[in-house]
Amino acid sequence: MGFLSSVKPVCIVLISFAVLALLSFGANAEDSPKPTTTKPPAKPTEHGPIYTAPPQPLPEPEKSYLPLFTLNYPRVQIPFEITLWVLLASFAKIGFHVYHKITIWVPETCLLISIGLIVGAIMHSVHEQPPAVLTSSVFFLYMLPPIVLDSAYFMPTQPFFENVGTVLWFSIVGTLWNSIGVGICLYGVCQIPALGVQDINLQENLLFASIISAVDPVAVLAVFEDVNINEQLYIVAFGESLFNDAVTVVLYNLFNHVAELPVVDAADVFLGVLRFFLVGLGGMLFGLVFGFVAAFTTRFTRKVREIEPLFIFMYSYLAYLLAELLSISSIMAIVTCALTMKYYVEENVSQRSCTTIRHVIKMLGTVSETLIFFFLGVVTITTDHEWNWGYILFTILFAQIWRGLGIVVLTQIINPFRTIPFNFKDQFGLSYGGLRGAITFALAYTLPNTIIRKKLFITATIAIIIFTVFIQGISIRPIIELMNVRKTNWKLGTINVEIHTRLMEHITAGVEDLCGQWSHHSLKDKFMRFNNRFIRKILIRDNRPESSIVALYKKLELQNAMEVLDTISGDISAAPSLISLHEEKASNKSSFKPKRTFLASDLTAMHEILSKNMYKIRERTMSYTNKHTLPNDSRAREILVRRHTSIRRSLRARSFQGSESARSQKYFSLPLGQSLDTGYATESIRLNADGDPALELHNRSVRPKPRPRSKQPRFSTTRARLDPLQELHSTVNMEDEVRAEESSHRPSRQSSSSSNSRSRAPLQRHSSLGTPSVGEDDPEGDEQQLESPPPAWTPEPPDRGSGGPRNPLLRRAQWKPQDK
Amino acid sequence: MGSRASSLLREEDIEEIKKETGFSHSQITRLYSRFHSLDKGENGALSREDFQRIPELAINPLGDRIINAFFPEGEDQVNFRGFMRTLAHFRPVEDNEKNKDPTAEPLNSRNNKLLFAFRLYDLDRDDKISRDELLQVLRMMVGVNISDEQLGSIADRTIQEADTNGDMSISFSEFIKVLEKVDVEQKMSIRFLH
Repeated sequence: MGFLSSVKPVCIVLISFAVLALLSFGANAEDSPKPTTTKPPAKPTEHGPIYTAPPQPLPEPEKSYLPLFTLNYPRVQIPFEITLWVLLASFAKIGFHVYHKITIWVPETCLLISIGLIVGAIMHSVHEQPPAVLTSSVFFLYMLPPIVLDSAYFMPTQPFFENVGTVLWFSIVGTLWNSIGVGICLYGVCQIPALGVQDINLQENLLFASIISAVDPVAVLAVFEDVNINEQLYIVAFGESLFNDAVTVVLYNLFNHVAELPVVDAADVFLGVLRFFLVGLGGMLFGLVFGFVAAFTTRFTRKVREIEPLFIFMYSYLAYLLAELLSISSIMAIVTCALTMKYYVEENVSQRSCTTIRHVIKMLGTVSETLIFFFLGVVTITTDHEWNWGYILFTILFAQIWRGLGIVVLTQIINPFRTIPFNFKDQFGLSYGGLRGAITFALAYTLPNTIIRKKLFITATIAIIIFTVFIQGISIRPIIELMNVRKTNWKLGTINVEIHTRLMEHITAGVEDLCGQWSHHSLKDKFMRFNNRFIRKILIRDNRPESSIVALYKKLELQNAMEVLDTISGDISAAPSLISLHEEKASNKSSFKPKRTFLASDLTAMHEILSKNMYKIRERTMSYTNKHTLPNDSRAREILVRRHTSIRRSLRARSFQGSESARSQKYFSLPLGQSLDTGYATESIRLNADGDPALELHNRSVRPKPRPRSKQPRFSTTRARLDPLQELHSTVNMEDEVRAEESSHRPSRQSSSSSNSRSRAPLQRHSSLGTPSVGEDDPEGDEQQLESPPPAWTPEPPDRGSGGPRNPLLRRAQWKPQDK
Repeated sequence: MGSRASSLLREEDIEEIKKETGFSHSQITRLYSRFHSLDKGENGALSREDFQRIPELAINPLGDRIINAFFPEGEDQVNFRGFMRTLAHFRPVEDNEKNKDPTAEPLNSRNNKLLFAFRLYDLDRDDKISRDELLQVLRMMVGVNISDEQLGSIADRTIQEADTNGDMSISFSEFIKVLEKVDVEQKMSIRFLH
């Protein structure tokens, strides 16, 4: 009921806009004859002869009134129609989220195509033609770059570079395998006279096969909500969707060129292969160069914050266009440009620019993709197709087979090199979940007209897209769930088992991360060292951002944290439940509590609660699963805020002393009596790619593990600048100091010189913070020192002698005089 | 620096660690370079801060407790031996353990793995997981959408299932019994690269 009532207004809106769109097309159809004025269709030429025959009496007195309403459609036609289309597609997207469950079961591309189909049906019934906007140049120059930039920019760089081999292996070799395999098979099928497609030669088959092998498995990542998250799977899916676009376009151009040749000999093939590699690597090189140049530029944009995002877009677009100019792989260029640029740029630009960049990229990419799918829906209905049962069915069949085979074979080859091999479910998911994306359609639609069977190809492409998107897209979720269920059915363990196994998984994941097993350590370390020594020196600006901005975002972030805290403490209201817990504990000890009987329904409810709400391991990459939304990591925020809370409560508890300390034990990660020392480390550690501007302040600190030192200066900066938020931040400051003081008092702890000096140093710091102006300059000076690469750090070891070697606060205090 | 790191680790140390933990030579050197890269103060020992700098641990729900497990009682420094000793719990169990000391149980036995997990619950080391301790860990592992009552009943049920001697807490032997069907060796193992 509720569903219907909420859908109705949306439907009305959609239909009204469809009608509006139709009107625009109606206007389009008769553009020129529209009169520019509403004057009665008096013959304008009448005025001409007047000059030659003045005394001629006019039949009627002509007086031109000032037109009150004029309609000048041709003037605004193009932008108007584009805007209407975009708006219509966006309304469709709003409409999807009306009924929440739809988005779970149906991939968004399905819905977009459906809306396109509906609009197409409407248009067809009115005998309208869709606007011929999707030409080759429009697609390749305007619509493709945003899509690719979107995928590239939101690629999780850290996991990506750690798995670059696997990703490239799957995407490049996989796409090649698919296209060549499907092409050859189709060529074989074409030889069958019964199908009547004998005129399609090998080149054209290969061309067609390369078009349909551009697979985009990202859409089904959201389905993979398994306990054993294989992070690698996500990265492979992401990388695949990104790089096989590049490979496809290169192959497309290659085969396009080849298809025009009357005769193909071995030299051509060899040259083709050579060109393939040249094009790909050339694109990458281009992208790298542009990425570095862009990063370098942003070093100097401190005074022109408003146009900082512009540089990003312009440089990536320029890379794309130049690559197109030189006929090398423009997609690879823009991808590598984005990947290189992102790391350095996000350090140089202000927070707002960072947010703007992300939002705009996401917006452009989404709009572009939406438009293409929408257009697909419309075109499906309105163009006349050439349907050939045999060819199309065989296409779909071969595409599926080759993709599945490809995944299996590739996995077998690469599994020995990986720490965690892909299991069957992963492989199935990857192969079955390979939906065809917008690029497939656009490439098919923009095939040159020299290809005789162009219509057939378009029809076949549309067929395979619709098949994969609708049938595979909708059915993959139930299948995966079936597989999950089958696996866990016979292991329907007790609640104990569920909880403890999850605990063990978390532990193992944590220790794995601790050991840093993922990367080829030496290579990555070497690169990071090189990076820190040379590249960062050149590309990253030395100065810190202005204090007001930092303060503002710190404020926003803390506000956010407070909000989350409110919800936490609201649901789990601290005082009463703590008291009840306390009492229950007491009563437990005193009287024997009668055993609660749990019904079977309770048990299943518990299982459900646990399986839905227990944190899954390593959700870091999972926050990227939905291609159509900005990544979010509310879960990480929850955990971090909770730790923050527990620090604070431990602090308050300690300050109150006594038996009440037991009460606030509730939220602790560690019980009282142990220091968490997490103060600044917690604050600084945030995840990347959070849409929330406030948290991005700390994004920069997260990524490079070998650069942890810079995290501390960041925190000290923000601590110094929190003058407007005295109350909140003084607590944070206080915890360090009080805890440090406590630590020196606590007898059980090893009283080393470090803990004593630690207590001294924060007080030193705090006093410096007391005078705001001094506090501001001082960390700034620190930043300058600390931002410079490791060579500046090397003088440190000699300083170790003076107590508290590992105490960064003390270290920083020591740096102070050197700056001034 | 790989070379610098391994030069600080003497051969006899490596041999001792090898005997105690069962890691291979290359694994030990590899882990040593990791230890070294974590050790920002370069004093041969890790503090809790060093661990907390690892971002993935910060967002691991049990991050703090895992870090805590590395530090022996009351200490806040862990040297390489201690580091390896803790990591040894996660070595995969091999079927044939050569030069196995028949008297001492290897660190990566099923029992010891379970003990590691048990100790994550049991912070006060009284060899019992009380309802409170269980609730704490549960709350850490679960999101904010679960109310106290629900969590409380889950904890009650957990204890009820496991508790055989009626003391309303889970002892280590009860813990082992409850997880007897679970493939602990596989769940608590990391494939250390050579």
